[in-house]
Amino acid sequence: MTMPPFARRRFLQGSAALAGATALGALPSMAAGEMTVGFIYVGPKDDFGYNQAHAEGAAAVKAMAGVTVVEEENVAETIDVQNTMESMINFDGATLLFPTSFGYFDPHVLAVAPKYPDVRFEHAAGLWTEGMPTNVGSYFGYIGLGQYLNGIVAGHMTQTKRLGFVAAKPIPQVLQNINSFLLGARQVDPAITCQVIFTGEWSLAVKEAEATNALADAGCDVITCHVDGPKVVIETAAGRDCFVCGYHANQAPLAPEKYLTGAEWNWPGVYTRMVQTMLDGGTISNFDRGGLAEGYIKMSPLGPAVTDAARNQFDATQAEMMKGGFAAYQGPLMDNNGNQILAEGEVFLETDIALESMDYLVEGVIGSTS
Amino acid sequence: MAIADQTMPPRGLLSPDGWLAAIARRSEALVIPLGALLVGLAAFGVFLLSQGKSPVDFYALVYKAGFGTAFSWQNTLSRTAPLLLAALCVALPARLGLVVIGGEGAIVLGGVAAGALAGSLSGLPGALAIPLMALAGAAIGAVWIGTVGALRHYRGVNETIASLLMAYIAIALMNHLVEGPFRDPASLNKPSTAPLAEHMRIGDIPGWNVHWGLVVGIVACILCWILIERTTWGFAARIAGGNVRAAQVQGLPVGRLIVGFTALGGAFAGLAGVFEVAAVHGTANASLAVGYGYTGILIAFLARHNPLAIIPVAVLLAGFEASSGLVQRRMDLPDATILVLQGFVFVAILVSDTLYGRFRMFAPERWGRG
Amino acid sequence: MESDLGLWAIPIAMLGGAIRVSTPFLFVSLGEVLTERSGRINLGLEGTLVFGAMSGYAIAYLSGSAWAGVLAAAFAGSLFGLLHGLICSLPRVNDIAIGIAMMLLGMGLAFFFGKPFIQPVAPDLPSIGFGWWSDIPQLEAALRVNVLFLIGAAAAVALWWMFRSTRVGLVIRVVGDSTDAARAMGLRPAVIRTLATAAGGAFAGVGGAYLSLFYPGSWSEGISSGQGLMAVALVIFARWNPIACFWAAILFGAAGALGPALQSVGVSEGYYLFYAAPYVLTLGVLIATSSPNRAMVGAPGELSITK
Repeated sequence: MTMPPFARRRFLQGSAALAGATALGALPSMAAGEMTVGFIYVGPKDDFGYNQAHAEGAAAVKAMAGVTVVEEENVAETIDVQNTMESMINFDGATLLFPTSFGYFDPHVLAVAPKYPDVRFEHAAGLWTEGMPTNVGSYFGYIGLGQYLNGIVAGHMTQTKRLGFVAAKPIPQVLQNINSFLLGARQVDPAITCQVIFTGEWSLAVKEAEATNALADAGCDVITCHVDGPKVVIETAAGRDCFVCGYHANQAPLAPEKYLTGAEWNWPGVYTRMVQTMLDGGTISNFDRGGLAEGYIKMSPLGPAVTDAARNQFDATQAEMMKGGFAAYQGPLMDNNGNQILAEGEVFLETDIALESMDYLVEGVIGSTS
Repeated sequence: MAIADQTMPPRGLLSPDGWLAAIARRSEALVIPLGALLVGLAAFGVFLLSQGKSPVDFYALVYKAGFGTAFSWQNTLSRTAPLLLAALCVALPARLGLVVIGGEGAIVLGGVAAGALAGSLSGLPGALAIPLMALAGAAIGAVWIGTVGALRHYRGVNETIASLLMAYIAIALMNHLVEGPFRDPASLNKPSTAPLAEHMRIGDIPGWNVHWGLVVGIVACILCWILIERTTWGFAARIAGGNVRAAQVQGLPVGRLIVGFTALGGAFAGLAGVFEVAAVHGTANASLAVGYGYTGILIAFLARHNPLAIIPVAVLLAGFEASSGLVQRRMDLPDATILVLQGFVFVAILVSDTLYGRFRMFAPERWGRG
Repeated sequence: MESDLGLWAIPIAMLGGAIRVSTPFLFVSLGEVLTERSGRINLGLEGTLVFGAMSGYAIAYLSGSAWAGVLAAAFAGSLFGLLHGLICSLPRVNDIAIGIAMMLLGMGLAFFFGKPFIQPVAPDLPSIGFGWWSDIPQLEAALRVNVLFLIGAAAAVALWWMFRSTRVGLVIRVVGDSTDAARAMGLRPAVIRTLATAAGGAFAGVGGAYLSLFYPGSWSEGISSGQGLMAVALVIFARWNPIACFWAAILFGAAGALGPALQSVGVSEGYYLFYAAPYVLTLGVLIATSSPNRAMVGAPGELSITK
């Protein structure tokens, strides 16, 4: 009894071919540019967050002459993204791909890249190391500096001396943001603490709202976050009469009165630069990164509630960062379990690789990494 | 089991009511769902027209991206493997009249088991270690879904709800384990178990870009078909699925059948998780929970719980999903388009259940002894 | 102004969480009670909920009125329920499978039409502060109760009364308990079941509107984390009693608030396991209260999942 399935499959092929036959000549196709660039997002590209920040970069690339942009959203970190990358290469002729989600890299980009040596894969995280395929590059921004600046404004604005942080998972990237936020605030007042709540997921609306409420209940009056789409956190926190600092993209429209500032990616600048390099026949570095000075990140314009004192210190610190080589982490520094991280006189510069394997919360953060 | 032998209906082309009658009886099960599929596709075409999009372009693109080129087949078949195994987790219990919708739980736990055990098995040669790892994943899946069956039979707990709740619990457990006890400290920003040693990986079918899970899935479907259609166990299960009381009166071991079939289904789902880890990701992490278990429900119902029919249905649905990207890019349709298409097709095929026995041309009596 | 409540923060947070989070569970489970009491199951309410969330948000944004959004969500929900009811009236159609299909269709359509509404900000539903008597800000916030919650609570009592003392309630129960008895009384079971399913869908749509218009209060594709599916489980948990549905929803909401609340007082070990608490709790109660020998108390006789 193997007949029916086979017959059925052949039938399906046949019927689909029939439908296709009338239109194969006129299949919707790409407008031909000199170069096709593909962007792949793990969530919706208008999430007010991580994916939107990248999509804004894609929109800037789209505006460049001679470049065609193809995009796909909600692509899972599985065989799905491998197929999407190959589909963009095979069907759209993409020669530069931006698979933007962190989890796309290993094993998916690494599995596909060797098959297509003429295609360039650029991934947003500091994951490329010597020995990996040379048509793969990684780029990243020191966004912890942005959270540090968030913290400075938050430190001025808090009345309760208690800040709140809604975080997805206790991974180095997130821990660094939490720590930077508190260290920025402690530049204003060393007595400030920061409560963190992990939701366990990159995107989970109700849990993010509950976490925000729990922070407000715990007396936090300035709240920020590191989840994929900060919309829920920002709106809920503003609804609880807390000030908010943004992350990933500009969320000021969601809470115009309560929004202080935000740490944003500046992908339009980065992406247009990379694409221009490719158009000019140049090569992009396999390992590219930068902070405020290099135009990788930027700050949202300060909100209406921000005081002059906060503005002054914010501006001064930002100017310091623009010189490059800023050190948010300065000794003596302890973690919140009492272990020493930095001794007197030691620092982590913004470029220090040690920051990227952070597995602790600094003293003053209420919460734990497991 | 003597009873089974007495009541086993005559099967195959040698049945006494003649080969024409046998063909008539079987074509009903083929023509009705295929007709419904076409109706569903046509209805979706009307939906597209109402959105100002061309259904001809759409289906041509689906064909091109799902089945039209060698790469399209690779794209489709590489998505098929986990779906085959996940669908069996629904189809096998369904033979006993049970609706199990929590196969996702067995998939993630099977994957975690593989990821966690791979390290301690890596001293063994691959030919030994891989089967052991697969066995462990299948075993945890069997225990998980077998528990659902046992709760149903011995405690009267509704299996649909229990399996759903247990899927949520399994995903929480998976997250806890890969971020806690089983986490590889070197997996910085995407918490995972330690990467599998090279000889523990399951590779591709030679000459194809599709891993061995596809072959295992197809073999599993065929074996399950034999189990259900050609063994006394399968026959007893069908009796019990029709009427538990009657089966008990006949002395059939209903409890063991229920636990056995649910456990077997769970074992296949667990195996799907093993392949995700050993053939796709190379490690166990949160990407295990991407909804294969839920697509499996869809496939099993469309295949009317016939394991052989699962194969073409899974290929068809995988083809739809493979085309999602091209449809997004070329026709400017949202990624949810394929979800809507699946909804249309699913509803149409289920509604067609009402047509069985309505057409005289399929009635065996009409064709008499051929 | 600031008050450190110590461990008292946990029960207060759970109270607030119960009130905030329970409403969608309450509405969907009430709708499902109505449907199941008529002898039919609708597993597709998750899709109805998501579509209700989208359509409610979209209409609220376009019309500027959150209540118009709620009405639109109820209307859309009743259409989904009606379709489900009509399909299930056909002979030999499996209502559980149709439910799963309708769930997929509802979510697909919601995501398909919902894209343009992810970014805009729609007006929120109003809430009433019942905590004015307290000078503890946490309690005041916890007692900020949305009007839909109150409507849901009232609807639970009304449904309970309807099933107990009205002719409509009696008709639904008879149809749910025995198709033959209903026919003997001159009732038309298919019509009554279809109407009950449509009304149940309207409840689920309103549950979705609560998600997008009040809490968390925005439309996105991740707005629901399975509330519609869980509500179907809560109905069995609540033994088809609307009042019990209210308490089940409250309990489930409170259990869901446990995870964040524990972290806010410094317990963060194993937070995933705390987040699974509502599911473990529901499963535990189901196991404890089920029995292999007798039909479930309160179960409608014609219901496919309990036969």
